[in-house]
Amino acid sequence: MNAFAFLGQLAGVVLVVALAPVLAGWVAQCRAWLQNRSAPPLLQPYRSVRKLFRKDAALATYASPLFRAAPYVVFAAMAMAAAIIPSVTTDLPMARVADAIALVGLFATARVFIALAAMDIGSVFGSMGARREMMIGFLAEPALLMVLFNVFLMFGSTALPTVVEGSLSMSGLVLHPSLAFAGVAFVMVLLAENARIPIDNPGTHLEVTMIHEAMVLEYSARHLALIEWASWLKLLNYACIGFALFVPWGIAPHKAGPLVLLLAVALLVIKLAVAGAVLAVIETVSAKLRIFRAPEFLSMAFLLAVLGLLVHLLLQS
Amino acid sequence: MTILLDLVVAWLVLGLAGLLRSHRIGWVAYTLFPAGALVALGIAAVGFSALTNGFVVERAVLPLGLPDLPFHVRLDALSGCFLLLLGAVGAGISVFAAGYFRVGEGTAPGLLCLQYHTFLASMAMVILADDAYLFMVAWETMALSSYFLVTTQHRIPEIQSAGFLYLLIAHVGALALLLCFGVLHGGSWLMTFDAMRGATLSPAWAGVAFGLALFGFGAKAGLVPLHVWLPEAHPAAPSPVSAMMSGLMLKVAIYGLLRVSFDLLHDGPWWWGMLTLVLGLGTGLFGAVFAAVQTDMKRLLAYSSIENIGLIVAAIGLAMLAYAFDMRLLAALALAAALLHTFNHALFKSLLFLATGSVLHATHERSLGKLGGLIRRMPWVATLALIGTLALAGLPPLNGFVSEWLLLQAFLTTPSIPHAFINMIVPLGAAVVVLTAALAGYVMVKFYGVVFLGQPREPSLMQAQDAGWLERIGLAWLALGCILIGVFPQAALDLVAAVTRTLVGSEVQRGPAPWWIAPVARMQASYSGLWLLLGMAGVIAVMFVLVRRMYHGRMRRTPPWNCGYPALTPRMQDTAEGFGQPIRHMFGPFFRMQRELPAPDDLAPRYRIQIDDRFWHGLYLPLARATGWLADALSVFQRGRLAIYLLYSFLTLIVLLVFVL
Repeated sequence: MNAFAFLGQLAGVVLVVALAPVLAGWVAQCRAWLQNRSAPPLLQPYRSVRKLFRKDAALATYASPLFRAAPYVVFAAMAMAAAIIPSVTTDLPMARVADAIALVGLFATARVFIALAAMDIGSVFGSMGARREMMIGFLAEPALLMVLFNVFLMFGSTALPTVVEGSLSMSGLVLHPSLAFAGVAFVMVLLAENARIPIDNPGTHLEVTMIHEAMVLEYSARHLALIEWASWLKLLNYACIGFALFVPWGIAPHKAGPLVLLLAVALLVIKLAVAGAVLAVIETVSAKLRIFRAPEFLSMAFLLAVLGLLVHLLLQS
Repeated sequence: MTILLDLVVAWLVLGLAGLLRSHRIGWVAYTLFPAGALVALGIAAVGFSALTNGFVVERAVLPLGLPDLPFHVRLDALSGCFLLLLGAVGAGISVFAAGYFRVGEGTAPGLLCLQYHTFLASMAMVILADDAYLFMVAWETMALSSYFLVTTQHRIPEIQSAGFLYLLIAHVGALALLLCFGVLHGGSWLMTFDAMRGATLSPAWAGVAFGLALFGFGAKAGLVPLHVWLPEAHPAAPSPVSAMMSGLMLKVAIYGLLRVSFDLLHDGPWWWGMLTLVLGLGTGLFGAVFAAVQTDMKRLLAYSSIENIGLIVAAIGLAMLAYAFDMRLLAALALAAALLHTFNHALFKSLLFLATGSVLHATHERSLGKLGGLIRRMPWVATLALIGTLALAGLPPLNGFVSEWLLLQAFLTTPSIPHAFINMIVPLGAAVVVLTAALAGYVMVKFYGVVFLGQPREPSLMQAQDAGWLERIGLAWLALGCILIGVFPQAALDLVAAVTRTLVGSEVQRGPAPWWIAPVARMQASYSGLWLLLGMAGVIAVMFVLVRRMYHGRMRRTPPWNCGYPALTPRMQDTAEGFGQPIRHMFGPFFRMQRELPAPDDLAPRYRIQIDDRFWHGLYLPLARATGWLADALSVFQRGRLAIYLLYSFLTLIVLLVFVL
């Protein structure tokens, strides 16, 4: 692991972490336009984070150290995930440290910590949110892994950079039927895991229907800022996983020059802009599901991914 | 070998010494149990050296047993591996037990000490045995000593019946094993394992032997449908005993399964592996789903043990499947996953069972509905239990994740098996494994959240005391194991490499460093627990400093948000039943549910739900009824008159004479 690659890695993580609030702002903006509302500025998330960092934290009387540690752990898990996902370049020293299965593990770590922190206060909504989040989680996690398995089987590796390089080196536009199934399943998982509309509503103020918001109800100030930032980072991470799996074009290969890297950053921004707009459209045209329809939604994603796997194996043999 | 046998004898001597002053807690707890822990460490050291110095097989014939049937013992890599497990985990449990057992809780401490150390010694002897005779003697000693430990509080009727159920299934399993060894000697009538290795069995008889072994060891390990004793016996036993049964005894059953299916039998057809794989996966999913709806913390852990045993057995099945197709590397990978998960489960499940023991002593409550908020009163136990919880939930960078990662890697490599049908089935197996592992996360959030987090659900919990220092050392020892295997996975893989080499003739690829594994090929997949831990710790430190430096760390305490209601009471918190509700909803057909709902005009509304195992009503109760009916039918012959019994003897003689002549 040479120092240059390591520095590049660090720069990539900082870039992605810094970019995450913009993506969240962009999705909120698109949503507002689509719904005929006047949109908040693109950089609004930065402003709210700065406001939150400045405030004094109000901590519930019963809160244990676990409650205060959880935002940092969640943020660290998401930042580590960003270090593993090839968003700009495939030259990632950290990707040898943890492959895509570990990536799913990191997401699970973040989820478990935030759920535990929600249960820590012992308020009604926190534990209800934790229960719902864990329910969504244990359904979404297998679906996500099955999606990843589809791709792993195709390229014989669980390391995302290897997968990206494998698909970049394939000549021409080859349509893999299994990837189509996996793609649909992935979008469904993305919606569920990022508390997006058919499953959860990030803008809700009705406690009874909340999942993610119910869990973080007790957080304030810097802790809330970290959690919010981590959830934006999670959305960005998911988007980048999607790009790496399904539209890897533009990601700079190993030992690319600075110009290629710049181009890769530009392409990443364009892809994110398109993906954010699509996300806003999906959120606008769909209605929120009842919580007990969520398992059906996610088991459909799971079945689609498994179907993709079977299609791949059938076509192969 | 002599050192090892001396150590086993030392355990027995320590046990007997407990009888000298059986009511003196100072003697039994502060002298004998810590000494037992030292002996356990010695056994772990012997197991460790057997694993590291390779392929030397030590044998001995003991001057014990029947005149022409002496006991044979043998120490090879597989026994060394399980001795290491027994010693390392047993040491932690013994230290904890030293602080746990008290006078006045059922059996006298001295007698308990004898049973406890006999249990440990018999497990060591099962692992060392090299003939069917010693194996069965040690196996039965293990079953009986653990029976007495389970029924420590034998005056409580539920504990009596739990003990009886355990004893019954243990013996049905032992019978199957006896028959299995009867088939394995292949007509030579020699009971040594060497003779069994050399015996040539027809495929049909080999299949029978394998089926019997799967049944016998499965009954001990808790494979569905022979799992019913686990959720009864584990809660009944004192916590260190639950920890030993779940952490160690179930692993001895896994040892037996490995010994018979890879060592004594060999070249099995692929359907053995398939059968084992399917049984393991079914058991895993079943255990996870049931664990999610439990309301008793030890029952929850018992079902979670069933789940983990399922995963281990599934990995063994995958190894057998790959071995049948002569894919050595894949077999080694799956087997390494199984062995590592065996270690991991022994560590974190013992840790959690011991933690429930501390909770039980501090609060006298086992029901999740009456616990809560203990992280504030018992910070030591809560912190150490958190490590176990995260490890059991399979989260990086702890040890549970490593074995699940290896297992998934093994599943990913299976599509290279040259058999189309298996190729189709096995990815579905991976899906089940992932679902099971994700459910384990759900279960663990429920367990930890309800017991340690939130507000105390009963006022008495405000007086709970943290565990004593001996108990803390025991817990910390096991938690340390969880962290070490998670952070240095390659070191753990190196240890089991000798086992995979002896059993399937291959070992997984070595990773670049002790903290870095790459079992198949470096480009294909690698994982480093240490770097992941350092990376996360680095981000946490940087963010902490940044937030503090650029802004501030000011904080004030306020009451939690109450949504405008006048007051939040602890009774408003989500309950264990509530946390299990989504699972009940989704996996409804798994359960046999009886609901009692209040009528709209009830003055004292009562909501009750009882969840039962379908196997209990569908399999065990009909079986018990059939047995009773058969006994009734046969009682026709029991007339109670001497003349009739003499007539029976006479008739028997006549029949025998007909045969002879």
